[in-house]
Amino acid sequence: MSEPSSVLVVGASAAGLATVESLRRGGYRGTVTVVGEEEHAPYDRPPLSKQVLSGNWESERSRLRTESALVETGAEFVLADPAVRLEPAERAVHTASGRTLRAEAVVLATGLRPKRLPGTDVAGVHVLRTLDDSLRLRAELSRARNVVVVGDGVLGSEIAATARGMASDVTLVGSQAAPMADQLGPRVAGMLGELHTERGVRLRPRTGVEAVQADHGRVTGVRLETGETLPAAAVVVAIGAAPATDWLAESGLRLDDGVVCDSRCRAAAGIYAVGDVARWHHEGLDRSMRLENRTNATEQARAVAANLLGADRPYAPVPHFWTDQFDAKIQVHGVPHAESEVTVVEGDPAERRFLARYTTRGTPVAVLGWNRPKQVRTRRQEVVETFSVPALEPN
Amino acid sequence: MKVAVDEEKCCGAGQCVLLAPEVFDQRDEDGVVILLDEQPSENLHGSVREAADVCPAAAIEVSEDA
Repeated sequence: MSEPSSVLVVGASAAGLATVESLRRGGYRGTVTVVGEEEHAPYDRPPLSKQVLSGNWESERSRLRTESALVETGAEFVLADPAVRLEPAERAVHTASGRTLRAEAVVLATGLRPKRLPGTDVAGVHVLRTLDDSLRLRAELSRARNVVVVGDGVLGSEIAATARGMASDVTLVGSQAAPMADQLGPRVAGMLGELHTERGVRLRPRTGVEAVQADHGRVTGVRLETGETLPAAAVVVAIGAAPATDWLAESGLRLDDGVVCDSRCRAAAGIYAVGDVARWHHEGLDRSMRLENRTNATEQARAVAANLLGADRPYAPVPHFWTDQFDAKIQVHGVPHAESEVTVVEGDPAERRFLARYTTRGTPVAVLGWNRPKQVRTRRQEVVETFSVPALEPN
Repeated sequence: MKVAVDEEKCCGAGQCVLLAPEVFDQRDEDGVVILLDEQPSENLHGSVREAADVCPAAAIEVSEDA
């Protein structure tokens, strides 16, 4: 495809913004429009469960770009107006306020919507996805004596760690054997669980929630499947999120836990997807993949911008994510499997400074650093080959 | 070109060092960015701008007119 005369980006968060900036960086001079659901200028999500939630940062600090930097992109930002429908053949997007935006290419970057527990539509029960969510939860955590976090993935674990610094009594309830066991494997997740316990977070692993209890429309506690009832002035539900594709239901695009794309992140002629919402074919791994992390938002946007400008290159990244909980900075390059063999290659887990390599059937699949951010980057090379696209034909 | 970094925002991902090792490094103990060259030479401008774009914490600021 030759360079489109105009690009419409649906979603004004990290991936959407990075698409715009990468297009301009690539020399693109066409018309760029960004339409976003929220009223806020693009902001960063990782601090929402940490610095913004704790109150260490004012919300302004989570802004991704200054106003003047946004103006410099020359893109028009249409904010507080969610997209409600896409006509792929026309590459037309209709918004809630009744606008119709058209462009020669459309980039879908609508991200995720948090899942909720049934029957939890009562005051004091929170989810965390947006800046407003974070500010609401922050106000509540600063008053709450006891907090229950439901969900022990990365978001729930981070929220529990942050809440522990704000509320006196924090319990983390989750389905896994230890926090983040799916992402880190049992050994390192076990260490993370120990850290949480040591810092005073009560863990209820492998435990389901039966019901949220309320009195006069206000949460009072969480009843677990084990029969235990945890009193709670605030409850955070962090049980995962689903790609925000409801607005695409009638578009004819293939949706399967995300917008299904080819290896170029293209969903249809002139339509691409980036960030949390995109499911694409990773040619290096030869499988379909969708990543919910900050690094991918930017890297995938860069790949899509390049493809819009004619690169025709597969997107085959080495995935990377990090999490900060208490004093632990954990960084991962690659994708650990729960069943991977874990070898400590540097440092000492007992001192909580170490590097580990994850190997599955002899193939290195990930390297992890625990309070070793610099060193883990230098080890990234060890897994690069696992993710690279086999060079079968000259191209 | 003038480069500035925000150490408090930095999340230690090290993307900048992968892109422009002549300009950025990381502290050994916590991975926070170290700015090696506030006014990098012109041949590095492209990779420095790229580093600012991809920084997952928006912790690198580049001003072109300085």
